[in-house]
Amino acid sequence: MTKGRPAVIIRSPDQVPGVTALKRFPMPRNLGVSPESRIVQGRTWPAPAAAIRVKAFEIYRYDPDLQGNPRIDTFEVDLDACGPMVLDALLWIKNTVDSTLTFRRSCREGICGSCAMNIDGTNWLACTRFITDLGKPATIYPLANMRIIKDLVPDLTHAFAQYALIQPWLRSKTPPPERERLQSPEERSRLDDHYECILCFCCTSGCPSHWWNGDRFLGPAVLLQANRWLVDSRDEATGERLDELEDPFRLYRCHTILNCTRTCPKGLNPGKSIANIKRMLLERRT
Amino acid sequence: MTNSTRKRLQPLSPNIQIYRPQLTSVLSIANRISGIALSLYAVALVVWLVAAAAGPHAYSTAHVFMGSWVGRILLFGCTFSFFLHLCGGIRHLIWDAGYGFELRTIYASGWMVVLVSSALTLLSWILSLVLAG
Repeated sequence: MTKGRPAVIIRSPDQVPGVTALKRFPMPRNLGVSPESRIVQGRTWPAPAAAIRVKAFEIYRYDPDLQGNPRIDTFEVDLDACGPMVLDALLWIKNTVDSTLTFRRSCREGICGSCAMNIDGTNWLACTRFITDLGKPATIYPLANMRIIKDLVPDLTHAFAQYALIQPWLRSKTPPPERERLQSPEERSRLDDHYECILCFCCTSGCPSHWWNGDRFLGPAVLLQANRWLVDSRDEATGERLDELEDPFRLYRCHTILNCTRTCPKGLNPGKSIANIKRMLLERRT
Repeated sequence: MTNSTRKRLQPLSPNIQIYRPQLTSVLSIANRISGIALSLYAVALVVWLVAAAAGPHAYSTAHVFMGSWVGRILLFGCTFSFFLHLCGGIRHLIWDAGYGFELRTIYASGWMVVLVSSALTLLSWILSLVLAG
């Protein structure tokens, strides 16, 4: 995808918004937040004296080995000393300023999904977000509504447990064929916009319905994969899969908020896939 | 790292406290809030009708309240909630039919809902003020 330009009608998710009416919902920062999750003020790390282009990053920090609540540290980054992406800035901070800054990263090209985090209020991959697209100061939080192991590292145990719940493998009744299970190009095209999911959980973490009912609502990432298996012509357990999904909480907590489609760093459309599941459930009733 | 080795409860990362309000989430919650507002306004409608049926004294109390600046603001809120919920509801029906899920269409239809509901609200108020004299 090309670098995002500010726009009002957003065409692809990499575009940053053109208008910023509100950076966050107007509410007390600690409303309904349990005591161990309350965020306190941290320290500021100034830029090196010789730096010319400097940008401030406010980053969520939490150390499980120390007592104390999560805090916000402000790092002033020398933009001439690091690459163009947010991940480059994080690595510069870790290498030159504070080596205890902890985050997941691997491919640095937007394909592994490790560096998913909340950047300037929206979930995205740090390695594909340009620093020039960020506000002043840039705010970096871990993926929203996740239990935090350390700093920007979320605990994805529950998210992956929900993924395992939908049994994301081929379920067949007929004996396996001698060679491959064949598919027509049209049947294969039904898997497009599903197989590319990198399970970064940006969508699930950005879904307000998952925030309020995440214990039982499966969330857009898992439901996208559920649809992937439902539309796969080689899978023979369609009826069973639909039975397992037809639940007021597992599927029907989706209220078409569509934050998922807005935030997917791979440009996938979980909202559309969930609508397809609902359509399939409706069609089999008639 | 298992549950047993963790010493204390992991903090929950902030969600609504820091997540950016986007057209998607704002219109969705606006639809819910306008729906709740309309339920309350429905009760107010019944109160107004009962006041009308109860006779001139009760009705004049209701009439004076609705003519006051508080009543007018509430009435404006009522009409705006109505049109916002109406346009948002139509958008939901289109989604339920399976259309309009591309991001570009989501945003275009979203802004349409905002513009059309605002326009209908203003139009209805201008028309009613002109007709009322």
